[in-house]
Amino acid sequence: MNAFLQYILYLAVLVALAIPLGAYIQKVMDGEKTVLSGVLTPCENVIYRIMHVQKDEQMSWKKYLLSVLAFSGIGLVFLFLLQLLQGVLPGNPQHLPGVKWDLSFNTAVSFVTNTNWQAYSGESTLSYLSQALGLTVQNFVSAATGIAVLFAMIRGFLRVKTQGLGSFWVDLTRCTLYVLLPLNLIISLCLVGGGVIQNLKPAQSVPLLEPIAVSAEGEIIDGAVIDAEAGTVTLDGQPLKGAQIITEQFVPMGPAASQVAIKQTGTNGGGYMGVNSAHPLENPNPFTNLFEMISLLLIPAALCFSFGRSIKNRKQGIAIFMAMFLCLVLALGVVALNEQLATPQLMQGGAVDVSAVEQAGGNMEGKEARFGIAASSTWAVFTTAASNGSVNSMHDSYTPLGGMIPMLLMQLGEVVFGGVGCGLYGMLAFAILTVFIAGLMVGRTPEFLCKKIEPYEMKWAVLVCLATPIAILAGSGIAALLPQVADSLGNPGAHGLSEILYAYSSAGGNNGSAFAGFNANTVFLNVSLGLVMLFVRFLPIVGTLAIAGSLAGKKKIAATAGTLSTTNAMFVFLLIVIVLLVGALSFFPALALGPVAEFFQSIA
Amino acid sequence: MNTLKSVLPKAAIIFVIFSLLCGIVYTGVVTGIAQLIFPYQANGSIIEIDGKVYGSALLGQQYTDEGHLWGRITNLDVSTYRDADGQQLVYAAPSNKTPAGEELEALVAGRVEKLRAANPDMGDTPIPVDLVTCSGSGLDPDISPAAAEYQVARIAKARGIGEDEVRAAIESCTTGRFLGLFGEETVNVLKVNLTLDGVL
Repeated sequence: MNAFLQYILYLAVLVALAIPLGAYIQKVMDGEKTVLSGVLTPCENVIYRIMHVQKDEQMSWKKYLLSVLAFSGIGLVFLFLLQLLQGVLPGNPQHLPGVKWDLSFNTAVSFVTNTNWQAYSGESTLSYLSQALGLTVQNFVSAATGIAVLFAMIRGFLRVKTQGLGSFWVDLTRCTLYVLLPLNLIISLCLVGGGVIQNLKPAQSVPLLEPIAVSAEGEIIDGAVIDAEAGTVTLDGQPLKGAQIITEQFVPMGPAASQVAIKQTGTNGGGYMGVNSAHPLENPNPFTNLFEMISLLLIPAALCFSFGRSIKNRKQGIAIFMAMFLCLVLALGVVALNEQLATPQLMQGGAVDVSAVEQAGGNMEGKEARFGIAASSTWAVFTTAASNGSVNSMHDSYTPLGGMIPMLLMQLGEVVFGGVGCGLYGMLAFAILTVFIAGLMVGRTPEFLCKKIEPYEMKWAVLVCLATPIAILAGSGIAALLPQVADSLGNPGAHGLSEILYAYSSAGGNNGSAFAGFNANTVFLNVSLGLVMLFVRFLPIVGTLAIAGSLAGKKKIAATAGTLSTTNAMFVFLLIVIVLLVGALSFFPALALGPVAEFFQSIA
Repeated sequence: MNTLKSVLPKAAIIFVIFSLLCGIVYTGVVTGIAQLIFPYQANGSIIEIDGKVYGSALLGQQYTDEGHLWGRITNLDVSTYRDADGQQLVYAAPSNKTPAGEELEALVAGRVEKLRAANPDMGDTPIPVDLVTCSGSGLDPDISPAAAEYQVARIAKARGIGEDEVRAAIESCTTGRFLGLFGEETVNVLKVNLTLDGVL
């Protein structure tokens, strides 16, 4: 009963906060006055003056695109070099060496494309400087880039017979300054108050209550009797030679909270720690979990409402929101049910109690006691619906069907809310596809938001919609054929195929979560996943801006009785069907061999 | 080409501005305020009594002593981290095993057997699931109240104290749901053990 209430409340809190934030973001991005204007407008103007940028510059779609690519390119090169050279740079109290080229490339691409796939563990790989000056910065600006491109597209719908889509520099600046920085300042301080670390100290070590004995080969000795004072280890009365006694535990330190806040709000998802928000120092309790979980879906949900306001058709924003929200609720239901039911392998014929009495019960493998099933399942669905990719439980250890849904949400192209900005412009491409197909069915000229949809827009919309399926299927297909990839698998059989499929779905949806038993830190995987991430980030950006440019040049057509309504329940239904159809047709065969096969094996 | 020439310098300048603003200023401001207002939380919630350090309240450890409360199954890592003197340090990782596979099925069966042997008073009572599973971080500091209750008889016998005393220690280290609604009720294992040992 409590679990059910939690699911309802998580969704309610999300919607209640998204509506006002959506109104605020629309004001910011359309250049209107906001509550923070008094403080921030002077800062904003200083930035434009340094850059020699006109506030009212109107870029053509090609110039807007070139600005996005140039800015992302510089970020990519800088982040790549920063990691390679971190060994000789300051801000490295752990004296970590430079990162290897392939991992460095993968990580740089991953953060610039708002994916935050991580083939490394933060606490053993990256210096504080790399985390703050590299990753945190990209967390901010890659998110702002997504929102900027979305608003360029909105202007394409709004404007009539013109070339200009606004200025990328102004969009980037306003989004970062007015939305992301203030929001994250508040969230990160709340997180620290809840127990997330935020310091510049080197890692600490603390004494263990019970020391641990390790053999000369580095294996932990079970059942050993340790005399810490004499320094001897005995097993079954026999003294063990060469055994080591470990008396202290490693405690990672560093500026985590500031990065965790933006990794959530910017749908980035790259954890400060290797195990992301499952780590007790990154997400210590239900209070911080509520903050982190809501903020991961907050901006993508809010943008639906911003879109409706900006386009001066609030019903359109609500229709898109409803399509996304219904998919989200459906997905949540399936995951929650499967995780609470657990598996026969866990239940051991009744020897293990998986009921929800005085405990969360269910499938607790890979889940933290403080989050249980409800907060873990909700997070898993939120994070893969939004292309966030942070986790508070290990998706690799989900039940077969419970783990299939997060994978499917990524494979749908990250349009069930999706990443900040990119989720919505991806969904708008699906909406264009929907009006086209619906138009064909009833013999009407396809139009959307008073603009005629013609072959040029259709071609780009199809490319935007198919970028993800192409990248995922080609990538995982090639990887599954290579013998060396099999060495990376953490589980055998059908679950092993799921691990490969999940990795490419995650990269191909710019998500970043993982079936983490899969060792992705190899040259082939680092490079191939990196290329997939670049492809699915920038092809849709090109397509979206091309559509926006073409739409801006068209005249507005008046809605008539013959116009297909794009704000009613019928349209919402059609949109969901098209999204599911493209996803299901592309991925059903692959899913049947992975999670579905594993499910039938497990109950056989 | 000309457009690229005009765009590149602007991209470089704005990149530098936001690197400083979001990377250095933002991180610095948050660190400063955090250290000022929340020094205990910001530095890892490390339990320190009379100048002696007793571990972090947020990081789980492995317990095998019959008189201690046991936590989640740990998957220890003793090879990755060393302190400044080169001493090995222990850390942990999740298992990432599928809960529908034979490998985990066998592991859980072994854990059930071990727990039954260690808790003879509990007989065939089903074992709470969090005692036989590895957590998401591998460092889960908590267990459920059901998992703590399962161990009360064993701890009381091993220490030669009453079960009520053990239950009182557990209760004092139990945290409810946030606002009575969110997350799960949990028992902090390290704090219970420090209470039982008379430290807290």
